[in-house]
Amino acid sequence: MQFMLLFSRQGKLRLQKWYVPLSDKEKKKITRELVQTVLARKPKMCSFLEWRDLKIVYKRYASLYFCCAIEDQDNELITLEIIHRYVELLDKYFGSVCELDIIFNFEKAYFILDEFLLGGEAQETSKKNVLKAIEQADLLQEDAKDAETPRSVLEEIGLT
Amino acid sequence: MLAHFRKLVPQLVRILKNLIMSGYSPEHDVSGISDPFLQVRILRLLRILGKSDDDSSEAMNDILAQVATNTETSKNVGNAILYETVLTIMDIKSESGLRVLAINILGRFLLNNDKNIRYVALTSLLKTVQTDHNAVQRHRSTIVDCLKDLDVSIKRRAMELSFALVNGNNIRGMMKELLYFLDSCDPEFKADCASGVFLAAEKYAPSKRWHIDTIMRVLTTAGSYVRDDSVPNLIQLITNSVEMHAYTVQRLYKALLDDISQQPLVQVASWCIGEYGDLLVSGQCEEEEPIQVTEDEVLDVLEGLLVSNLSTPVTRGYSLTAIMKLSTRFSSVNRIKKVVSIYGSSIDVELQQRAVEYNALFKKYDHMRPALLERMPIMEKSATNGPTEIVQTNGETEPSVVEPKHPPLVTQPANQANDLLVLLGGNDVPVIQTTMPTKPASAGGELLELLGDLSLSGGPAPAPAPSVPTSQPSFLLDGLSSQPLFNDIATAAIPPMTAYNKNGLKIDFTFERANPNPNIAVITIHASNSTEADMTDFVFQAAVPKTFQLQLLSPSSNVVPALNQGTVTQVIRVLNPQKQQLRMRIKLTYTLKGSPVQDLAEVNNFPPQSWQ
Repeated sequence: MQFMLLFSRQGKLRLQKWYVPLSDKEKKKITRELVQTVLARKPKMCSFLEWRDLKIVYKRYASLYFCCAIEDQDNELITLEIIHRYVELLDKYFGSVCELDIIFNFEKAYFILDEFLLGGEAQETSKKNVLKAIEQADLLQEDAKDAETPRSVLEEIGLT
Repeated sequence: MLAHFRKLVPQLVRILKNLIMSGYSPEHDVSGISDPFLQVRILRLLRILGKSDDDSSEAMNDILAQVATNTETSKNVGNAILYETVLTIMDIKSESGLRVLAINILGRFLLNNDKNIRYVALTSLLKTVQTDHNAVQRHRSTIVDCLKDLDVSIKRRAMELSFALVNGNNIRGMMKELLYFLDSCDPEFKADCASGVFLAAEKYAPSKRWHIDTIMRVLTTAGSYVRDDSVPNLIQLITNSVEMHAYTVQRLYKALLDDISQQPLVQVASWCIGEYGDLLVSGQCEEEEPIQVTEDEVLDVLEGLLVSNLSTPVTRGYSLTAIMKLSTRFSSVNRIKKVVSIYGSSIDVELQQRAVEYNALFKKYDHMRPALLERMPIMEKSATNGPTEIVQTNGETEPSVVEPKHPPLVTQPANQANDLLVLLGGNDVPVIQTTMPTKPASAGGELLELLGDLSLSGGPAPAPAPSVPTSQPSFLLDGLSSQPLFNDIATAAIPPMTAYNKNGLKIDFTFERANPNPNIAVITIHASNSTEADMTDFVFQAAVPKTFQLQLLSPSSNVVPALNQGTVTQVIRVLNPQKQQLRMRIKLTYTLKGSPVQDLAEVNNFPPQSWQ
């Protein structure tokens, strides 16, 4: 996969993950064009389209469009499965996920995506493992929050 | 490096087998299929490893067959795995049974209701049609049905696949479907579809009449979208099918009556009417009911084309030429003469040039007209571009309008008996020697100048290419690329003159007329020195009145040797757009025997031909 974009029906970008190095300007340009192209598609149309030299696979869940750009040799149908798997992970984590969840907790969405996909390929096919990893990360965060009482530097190194 | 990994093929096969056979694992499961992501990955790896290797491919055959038959296809996941399997089977050196299985799976995909799956199937079939042609043929009817689908991408894929599947046996049926598709499809498809239809028709046409019918159908339905070079190709096809001329021209005439907005159709139709107008009027046609057409009706139609706003300049050129050709085939010459003379003052340069040339043909060369406007010979199909044409034009009555594509016509000196057409560019085009036409030496030794105009297919309409009667040598130039032909003109056209003769320094002017612009006179000065000493530091300067433009090129040297042993030459180019009498003021400076000499002179005795 080269990149994945999530955007709303109004064309607002909610999440973007790039697996190829591109300059900021190029990313913006690609995003703009792709959003326009996908939003212009009618509901009954095919989920795949050719764009530049990439294959674009997109699926609409409620008000969000999940859009992936894959290369020539990748399997489009399995990409649809990958998108579905990601949505399932989000759903499991947030409990009946909606767009607002992703807007307000976008960093968690990114964490989950990173646990699932690495370098554009699925790296963990077990749902359980992905969710377990995220839970552990959450726990770490909680601990850090609890132990936020100010301590002097000396105390930290154990001298007083 | 691949060899290293090929050792792992048996292990991979085992893992895949376990995945399929093993029980239910809830965390890896997607709709009843355990870990499809891993399955797809393994299949992909097997594809890469087995690609050109017989042993690995053999090891995989079983497992691939198993996956292909056992996977559930009700959900997208199953189809994803099957898709990957099919791709793998196609890429490795699998046995034919397996390949047939793969194609059948794709055929099943085509019948699926899900658009995505149909799209995927069409794409894969396109890839495999080269290698497994027969197997794909079996699904031809399904593919043709997909042409009627609503989705744009599916339609496009189906169209490409249909063209790939066309062969001698199914051409009639397929063509019917494709023409129906052409009628109803979006504009973005029409160009591709039209070209595809032409190609297929050319390769597999069962009969000439069918071929012409098909092309006519394409022209009438998608006429404005066909490629430019299809017009010359079609004309060539029509000329070659001699027995169909009457039928063709009749059908084209009828089509023209209906609709004149589609330019390629109009161009082909007007060309044919020009060529075969007599067949049209005589009303003989074996294939269809002959229609009664009078000469006036035909001329009405062609004139209508000339004035219509819908016609492009190219089309107008075609119709004017057609009208001209009819002057030898019809009897109402006066009307044609009138039309042609009207367009002699047209704003469009191309039309004006043609009209003036044809006018001249009526006035001065009426005896040549029948020969010029005879029927076209059968054209050879040149491997590169379209048909070749030769334009015969008269040099003297040419207006001063110069077309960028046509090199200018220049008056020929009366004493030149033969023209040598020298071709630039050195392609394997023969150099043609043209002899004088076998006209009697009347009319004061007029000479026709022959220019070969090689037009690229797709360029503007070529002027009529008459077949020259056998009493003259034939000028057939095999057109390769468009190259202007230049006429080498002897400089004896304009007599040289002595511009200056004083103190032993004599300066002669010799003239040439430069191609491509006849308004430029190229003057070469020859300075010679009849004194005993050399003239060194010789500088020649010239000035002309404001209506001219002067360009002085560098001299051959600035030492004029003594006693007429040599000359210094220098080239002057004078642009004379208003054709006024050439006058020049010259200034000479040189050093003779150590002392500088300067002189001014005016040159007025230019011969009239140099500026006319």
